[in-house]
Amino acid sequence: MSEEDVDRIDRNRRHFLTVATAVTGAVGAGMVAVPFLSSLKPSARAQALGAPVEVPIGSMQPGEMVRVLWRGKLVFVLRRTEEMLASLGKDLDQLRDPNSDVIEQQPDYSRNEYRSVKREYLVVEGSCTHLGCAPLEDFAVRPNERWGGGFFCPCHGSKFDLAGRVFKGVPAPTNLRVPPHRFVRDDLILLGQDTGAA
Amino acid sequence: MARIEAEVGKPQGGFMKWIDDRFPFTSTMKYHATEYYASKNFNFWYVFGVLAMVVLVIQLVTGVFLTMNYKPAAAEAFASVEYIMRDVEWGWLIRYMHSTGASFFFIVVYLHMFRAMLYGSYKKPRELIWIIGMLIFFVLMAEGFAGYLLPWGQMSYWGAQVIISLFGAIPGIGEGLVEIIRGDYSISDITLNRFFALHVIVLPLSLIGLIFVHIVALHEVGSNNPDGVEIKQNKGADGVPLDGVAFHPYHTSKDLVAIIVFLMLFSAVVFFAPDMGGYFLEHANFEPANLTATPEHIAPVWYFTPFYAILRAVPDKLWGFILFGTAVLLPVFLPWLDRARVKSIRYRGWIYKSALSIFVVTFLSLGWLGTQPAEPIYVLAARIFSVLYFAFFLLMPYYTTVDKTKPVPERVVYHG
Repeated sequence: MSEEDVDRIDRNRRHFLTVATAVTGAVGAGMVAVPFLSSLKPSARAQALGAPVEVPIGSMQPGEMVRVLWRGKLVFVLRRTEEMLASLGKDLDQLRDPNSDVIEQQPDYSRNEYRSVKREYLVVEGSCTHLGCAPLEDFAVRPNERWGGGFFCPCHGSKFDLAGRVFKGVPAPTNLRVPPHRFVRDDLILLGQDTGAA
Repeated sequence: MARIEAEVGKPQGGFMKWIDDRFPFTSTMKYHATEYYASKNFNFWYVFGVLAMVVLVIQLVTGVFLTMNYKPAAAEAFASVEYIMRDVEWGWLIRYMHSTGASFFFIVVYLHMFRAMLYGSYKKPRELIWIIGMLIFFVLMAEGFAGYLLPWGQMSYWGAQVIISLFGAIPGIGEGLVEIIRGDYSISDITLNRFFALHVIVLPLSLIGLIFVHIVALHEVGSNNPDGVEIKQNKGADGVPLDGVAFHPYHTSKDLVAIIVFLMLFSAVVFFAPDMGGYFLEHANFEPANLTATPEHIAPVWYFTPFYAILRAVPDKLWGFILFGTAVLLPVFLPWLDRARVKSIRYRGWIYKSALSIFVVTFLSLGWLGTQPAEPIYVLAARIFSVLYFAFFLLMPYYTTVDKTKPVPERVVYHG
C-alpha cells in the first residue's frame, strides 16, 4: 500500500458513519422524548378525579335545570317541559346544525331531534363552543324576538336553543357538546361513562 | 460590508450571510469549535468537562419536568414526590434521572478536578479557570444541598438541620445567621419554600453563568494537555498550533464515544440501582420528615462525606466548622500552593507523585468514613486522614519546590 492510499479519505465510509450516527442519535432522542412528553398527560390522579359522576334526577321538576361538574367541566342537566320540547321542531332554518351533523358534538345515542337519550332530559356541557364561556339560561319565550327559550353566552353573544343547538349568525361554530352519559336507573344519570356496569 | 467579510472570512451568500451581518454566528462557531485548537494528545481524563455539560443538561431538563409536579410546601412536598413516583406517567424515570444525575454530576466534577491536579491545569496561565471552576463546585454543593431538602424526607430534614446548624458555630452572628437561613425558628415550610427558590432559580442560573465564564476563560487561554506543554508556542505557517486539532469535529467525535459510554452507565444506575444501596438516595429519606425523631444513623449524601468526616473528626463546634470550611476552600489556592516548574505529573518527581497518591487515598477514605457511624475507631481514622488532607495542601509549597522534575519536551509526546 502506497503512502497515498493510507492518507486517502474514504468519503463513502465517512458519509455512512456520519449518517448512521445521526440517525441513531435522532432515534435515541425521539425515544427519550416519549417519557417526558407522556409525563405531561393527565396523571393517574387526574384520571381518578376525572372519573364518572352520578347525577340524581329523581326530584327534578319539569323546567328545572341543575349544574354539575365532571372533570372540572360544567354540565347542564335540564328537564324540559312539553312546551319546550314542542318548540324544538320550529324555526329549524335559523339553526346552523339542526340535525346534529357535526358528529364530534354528541355521542350517537344523542343524535336525534331532541339531542338526548330520554326526550325530556337534556345533558349538555355548559361550555360555549366559541371560546368556552359558560352560557346563561334564558328560558323565557319572547315571540316578538323570535326567541323560543334557550341559552345565551354573555361573552360574545352566541345563542343556543333548548337542545343546545347553535343559531346562525353568532360566533359559536357548533352545537353545545353532549358529554358521554347513560341512565343507570330512571332517576340516576351516570355522567362520563356510557358503557359497562354502574 | 467589506469589514464584516474581513472578520468572518470568505463571503457567504443567503441565509447565513444575513445572520452573520447581524449576529456573530459563524465567527463564534469558529472561535469556540471549528477553529478552537486543543492538543491532539488528549486522553481519557479529558472527557469529563463535556460529560459535566451533559449532566447539566440532564439536570435542567428533568428538573423542569419535576417542577411541574412538585409542591414546595411542608405539608405537601413528600406526598407530591410520591405522586411523581406513582401517578405521573414516567414520573419515576424523570425523578430517578434527576437524583442519579446529582450523584453523577459530582462523580464527573470530582474526576474533572482530579484531571486538573494530574496535569497541573490550574497552573499559570489557567489560575482563573481553576478559581471559576471552584466557584462552580461551591454552587454545585449548595445546589445539591438545597435539592436534598426538597423531598422533605427524614434525611432531608435532619441533614439540613445539621448543616444549617453548622453556621451557628460562628461566634457572635452565628445564631442570627442560622435564623436568616431558615427564615424561622426551626427548619419549616418557610425554609423549604426558600430552598426551592434557590434550587430552581438562583443556583442554576449562577451555575450556567459561571460555566459560561469558565469556558470563555478556557478558550481565551487554550486547553492544557497531558504533557503540560503550551501548544500555542509552536505554531505552523498558518498560525495553527502544530500539536492542536480542531475541537470540532475531532474532539467532539471522541467526546461522543465518551457520552455514549457515560449514558450507558447512567442508565444502568437509573434502571437497576437508583438508590445505589443507600448512597445516592438514603433509605431514611423514604420516610416523611419527623420533627420529633432523628434517624438512628445520619450521614449526608456521599458527595459531602469527605468534608463531613473532617467536621466530625474535630471535638469542638467552632473548630470543626473552621476546619470544614478550610477543607472546602483550600483547593482554591492550588495555583499558588504548587511551586513546581512543570505542570504535568509526567514530568514531576516521586515526591509529588506520592503526595497526590496519598491525597487520593485520603479523600476516598474520608468519604467512606463520613458515611460510617461516629464510633471511636472511625473518628481516629478520620483524624489521621484529616491531617493528611491538610498536609497535602499546606506542605505543597515546600515539597513541590524540593521535588526533582524531569525536563519537559518542546512538543507533546505520545506514550504507548
